[in-house]
Amino acid sequence: MAGVTLTGVSKRFGGVAVIRNLSLDIAAREFVVFLGPSGCGKSTLLRMIAGLETVDEGEIRIGDRRVDTLPPGERGVAMVFQHYALYPHMTIRDNMAFGLRNIGTAADEIAARVEAAAQSLEIGHLLDRKPGQLSGGQRQRVAIARAIVKQPELFLFDEPLSNLDAALRVRTRLELAQLHQRLGTTMIFVTHDQVEAMTLADRIVVLNDGRVEQVGTPMDIYLRPASLFVATFVGSPTINLLPGKVSDAGGATLVTLADGTKLQTAVSMAGLAPGDTTIGLRAEHVRVAEGGAVEARARVVERLGERTLVHVELADGSPLVAEDAGISQARAGDTVRLAINAAAAHLFDADGRGHHAAG
Amino acid sequence: MATALPQQVAPVATHPPRGRRAAGWANALFVLPYLAMFVAMIVVPLAMGMWLSTTKGDLFGVEAHVGLANFTRLFGDPIFLETVGNTFYFVVLTVPALTLIGLGLALVLNTPARWATVLRTIFFASTVLSVTVVTLVWRLVFLPDGGLLAVISEALGKTPIAFLNDPELAMPAIAITTIWWCIGLPMVLFLAALQQVPRELYEAAALDNAGRWTTLRRITLPAISRTFVLVVIIEIILQFQLFGQPQLMTLGGPNNATRPIVLFIYETGWRQWELGYAAAAAQVLFAMILVAAMAQYVVASRKGAQ
Repeated sequence: MAGVTLTGVSKRFGGVAVIRNLSLDIAAREFVVFLGPSGCGKSTLLRMIAGLETVDEGEIRIGDRRVDTLPPGERGVAMVFQHYALYPHMTIRDNMAFGLRNIGTAADEIAARVEAAAQSLEIGHLLDRKPGQLSGGQRQRVAIARAIVKQPELFLFDEPLSNLDAALRVRTRLELAQLHQRLGTTMIFVTHDQVEAMTLADRIVVLNDGRVEQVGTPMDIYLRPASLFVATFVGSPTINLLPGKVSDAGGATLVTLADGTKLQTAVSMAGLAPGDTTIGLRAEHVRVAEGGAVEARARVVERLGERTLVHVELADGSPLVAEDAGISQARAGDTVRLAINAAAAHLFDADGRGHHAAG
Repeated sequence: MATALPQQVAPVATHPPRGRRAAGWANALFVLPYLAMFVAMIVVPLAMGMWLSTTKGDLFGVEAHVGLANFTRLFGDPIFLETVGNTFYFVVLTVPALTLIGLGLALVLNTPARWATVLRTIFFASTVLSVTVVTLVWRLVFLPDGGLLAVISEALGKTPIAFLNDPELAMPAIAITTIWWCIGLPMVLFLAALQQVPRELYEAAALDNAGRWTTLRRITLPAISRTFVLVVIIEIILQFQLFGQPQLMTLGGPNNATRPIVLFIYETGWRQWELGYAAAAAQVLFAMILVAAMAQYVVASRKGAQ
């Protein structure tokens, strides 16, 4: 199995820089997810690794081999496309065998690999059908099987779950995780869906405007967002961001919100300048509680079953999302009290860089 | 306690309610304008042609009904049979060439580059010319005295060939003229089909180590097979109706070598004023085109089903 190394990679489409001087190391057997909004360059980066886009500057290595000058077929990668890209006039068997035939693999070897992949993905009964006769979920499995039979050094997935319905997406997500455990092959998965990223990845690469915003484990990304962008992009509901003034309170920080509320955070003052800041609070750290210190008015109550999200307004009109128990008494228009766990707060300086409590 | 069944069952409606029936007829009004034109311009002339083919007469009126006598006479007419042979020969010369050259050009020019756009326009430009202009240009190419090919032959020290006066070469010369004139349509149809092939299929093929030839044979050609059939059928229908080129270039000569069926129909109907006989020849041509196009369609459908 091979890792992937990107060094100073750049890509332009005309005058538009899509990938800017990007460097990244992916270890062998790692499952890495490229996460970012539409247009951030994540699919372009994947396609550059696959060889479907040229590299304007920089170097791509898979294992010890430099591959950015090689054609796609010689890179030892297999890709699952967003729209599956199955050959419509070929049977499923031929779809899976096509790549192996092109490199002169022996017929019995091809048959054995196709059978094994079909069996592992439970598509054995579909082998003599054509893609047009399959459902979306079945096509998706075929696309994965077609990648597996090639026994590549690296799997590339370009938003492969985006065309599936919600239930099938959850099931396929699980199967992909199991597939990675079983094969142990390096995998790169592109998505804009943070749940897919959080559940599948060993590490997430958050991309924004052609640059890497943060690389880390899913919990790193969630608990210690490197920037305002990462903090807002990851997590549902979106993190609460409130303007405030930061001051030193004996090494730790005291944040004063616009409505006068004072929050003692666990973030160190080191690296922070007194003055304007943005405080980030996840909804689970702003609880609706009778004895809470902060008063607010409920505007909208979203009952999600296991928890309730209460969209409130502070005294100065600042909006905030708070969390309550699944069976919540809160109703729109009620005055509620909020208990804020300021120790879990994140602070962002004027450049949008994140500062977090130690540990 | 058993529950009694209802005594009366509502009768099953056998007709839609009056309002729905009226609405159905009102809907038919939407297709009426087209239907009226179709009947007036297609069905009536077709029926009239069939009726005329069973008569003897000229432009002043029908003299007599002769049943199938015109057809019997046609199949014993050596000139007509020769025109049938000439027409088939012309179709064989042109349809495969138009299809394959059109496909080749489309494959080469299916790129967003500026040079390809210019060349696409140039290759399509000939299609918009009238048959008069096209045949004039190609007569100047084939003329044995001062024509382009003659000048080239003389420059190479060879005797110029009189293409249009040679029974062996006249029809190929007309076929070349026709291919040059008509190549735009198949090229554009193939280009449209090629641009419908999803880019992801080519990318998947590239990742599957498919070379250019394999990609063409296994990805591109199967993806545009319906257009291939369409082009062949359109070209069969068009080329069976060969008329203007031999009329303007050779007048059907030399020695009837380039006389097609439509020219035979024209001369029989409008020079010899035998409308019934000409109409019978037109029915034979109609049947030939129908059979050829349907045969191609059936073969292609069977392949598609497999």
